[in-house]
Amino acid sequence: MSNTGLSSTTAAADAGSTTRAGGSPRVRPTERDSARREETRDAYLFLAPYLLLFVVFVIIPIGYGIWISLHNYDYSLPDKPFIGLANYTGLIDGSSPFAAAFWQSMRATWLFTVLSVPLLLIIPLAVALVMNHRFRGRNVFRALYFAPYVLGVAVVAVLWRYLLDTNIGLLTHYLGLLGLPDTIPWLTQLPWGWASLVGVTVWWTLGFNAVIYLAALQEISPELYEAARVDGATAWQRFRSVTLPGLRPVLLFVTSVTIIASVNMFGQSYLMTLGGPGTATRTAIYQIADTGLTNFNSGAASAMSMIFSFFLMLVSVVVFFLFRDRDATGGAR
Amino acid sequence: MSLTRRQFLKVAGMAGVGAAIGGCGGAGAPLIATGPELGEAYDGPPVTISYWNGFTGGDGPAMRQLVADFNASQDRIRVEQNTVRWLQYYQRVIAAIHAGKGPDVGALHVEQLGTLAARQAVNPIEDVVGELGVGPDDYPEQVWAGGEYDGHRYGIPLDVHSLASYSNLDLLEQAGLDAPPATADELQQQLTALVDAGVPTPFWMPNMWPAHLMFLSLLWQFGGEPYAEDGSRATFDSDAGVEALEWMRRQIDEGFSPANVAIDSQYTAFKNGEGAFTWDGIWQINDLQTTAPDLRWGVAPVPQIGDQPAVWANSHQLVIFRSRAPDDNRLMAAKAFVKFLAEQSSAWSAAGMIPARNSAREEPEFTEAPQAPVAEAIPAMRFLPTLPGVPDVQVQTLEIAVNETILGLAEPRAALEGAAAQATALMQANLRKFER
Repeated sequence: MSNTGLSSTTAAADAGSTTRAGGSPRVRPTERDSARREETRDAYLFLAPYLLLFVVFVIIPIGYGIWISLHNYDYSLPDKPFIGLANYTGLIDGSSPFAAAFWQSMRATWLFTVLSVPLLLIIPLAVALVMNHRFRGRNVFRALYFAPYVLGVAVVAVLWRYLLDTNIGLLTHYLGLLGLPDTIPWLTQLPWGWASLVGVTVWWTLGFNAVIYLAALQEISPELYEAARVDGATAWQRFRSVTLPGLRPVLLFVTSVTIIASVNMFGQSYLMTLGGPGTATRTAIYQIADTGLTNFNSGAASAMSMIFSFFLMLVSVVVFFLFRDRDATGGAR
Repeated sequence: MSLTRRQFLKVAGMAGVGAAIGGCGGAGAPLIATGPELGEAYDGPPVTISYWNGFTGGDGPAMRQLVADFNASQDRIRVEQNTVRWLQYYQRVIAAIHAGKGPDVGALHVEQLGTLAARQAVNPIEDVVGELGVGPDDYPEQVWAGGEYDGHRYGIPLDVHSLASYSNLDLLEQAGLDAPPATADELQQQLTALVDAGVPTPFWMPNMWPAHLMFLSLLWQFGGEPYAEDGSRATFDSDAGVEALEWMRRQIDEGFSPANVAIDSQYTAFKNGEGAFTWDGIWQINDLQTTAPDLRWGVAPVPQIGDQPAVWANSHQLVIFRSRAPDDNRLMAAKAFVKFLAEQSSAWSAAGMIPARNSAREEPEFTEAPQAPVAEAIPAMRFLPTLPGVPDVQVQTLEIAVNETILGLAEPRAALEGAAAQATALMQANLRKFER
């Protein structure tokens, strides 16, 4: 304890002398260098805890995962033979017994992402725009839109499984009362299964994106809107020329986070459709978990993860460049 | 109290090192050991052993009671029970054993024994069967044989539980019916009578759980086998399999079942009085008693649809797990506990199960239980073969084919052939994997 106290006093004294040295015009170059070195050192010290966690929980597992993917790996068996890239080539040329299921799950993931991401970018924006106005009960509505996000996936999925049940569910019952089709197989047939999964996901998570948008909207200076109004801009023009450019910084964030979340979809299809009909709504994460954790084929599952990560990185790079480019040319910030 | 940066670094560092060690651990495989001979009773020092099972449903309270009874019956052994959903049981128990933190005793499904033996998780116990006070004469033949794999015994039977046919007695009376159907024709006639009596969809056909259990029962009834005995290939795409699946699909085509029955809806509909018959496991008996107290229902063996009587069944078997550091006292305590459970199996009737032990099925605890009539089907009860990896293969292939066909997305033969080819590929990979 006393040790810690002592060192922190020294640190404070150091900091004081650094300030003085930096402020003095007569300081010699070597002193300035050592000050800079100290700053660098402090920066690394502050980064160290996270870096350590990052190494232990991200870098090492990735390395371990790659190592596993090069073996016919089943941790419960004594022998884990090295098989080189066979796990990868088997998946890519289709000779592995897991290949068909894996690529089917990749297609399902892609489909879910393409269907859900646009909705999760546009609908929360609309919600945020409305919430940004002043009206009575605004805080209540803000809370209501955010509320589903607080629920866990298990709660959401089980709740909707009951609501959407074709034969005994509430939704079809009320649709029937209104004279609308009441035999739609929301969870057991396509395309309804996808409609349910996307719809529930949008309902569940739109609050998060809406809150981010809302925070960004409140950052946009009211003077800009005022100036636009004075110039005679219509509401649409104000949206295009003031709101959207103002949102650009968070759009990269929201888009990336939404894509990553959609690509990682697992709980909804695991609990609502059980991957069905057949395996049509099994996502990549679902398939990887099934192959590796339930069926102990860790080698094949790790190879799947690596291929999956490769595609995810590709998409992230594309998104990043899309937004960066616009920033560079637009220069609105 | 907040941490200083230094303390935080220290903690984080230790956590990191710990994780690194944990991640790379794996030295030391689980060892085979069954301990010194158990005499009349365990007389070593006090010991606490851990017991894992998956009795999360209506069967849970009965097992809790048995464990409490055992703990009260003596003062040297304490059994701590851990209940894990079956869905996660096998992956967790194997992981725990290989991490050196596994339980001592377990109850699990008979068809998993081969897989668990291949994964070095369960002890061969043929040499200690005598100490446990049981033998082949105490059990129905196929139930006792089910505890063996590859020339070794791994399990002591606790119970058998099969698919059964539940019926809603009020609806049957409404249609003027008084006995459960025993054949395909009788079932067909009764379903028609029920429809005429104002029950539009009397027999809801599931496409997920327990659809594959219905399919397996019918496959055996039509004379088929799901897998080759040596584990080399899947054979559920035989003519028998196609017939079985066609019959299931026909219940929807003829209007006895609605299409697109979602998971568990057939059971909910039965409880709501919308379905007159449902085939489900006998372990649902306790659930029906507690969640549908006003429903008047009966349970009977599954009708014979095919050429011979047969019904899917399973058996909970008691095992003694391997450990990376076997301890003689714990092993003896484990044997004492297994012996107690085998002796007390008539009390296990309270779980809605059929006790495996012959003598237990003559006790009033069983003969007066609702599931007693199902026991007459014991000779027709069929188990899945105990082949390593087959339970996992089935989930990915047979169940999917049944699902797609009943949903009308595929034709029976095409779906079964595709799934069987996929299953054979996985089984071949398993053979290579487990034999190396």
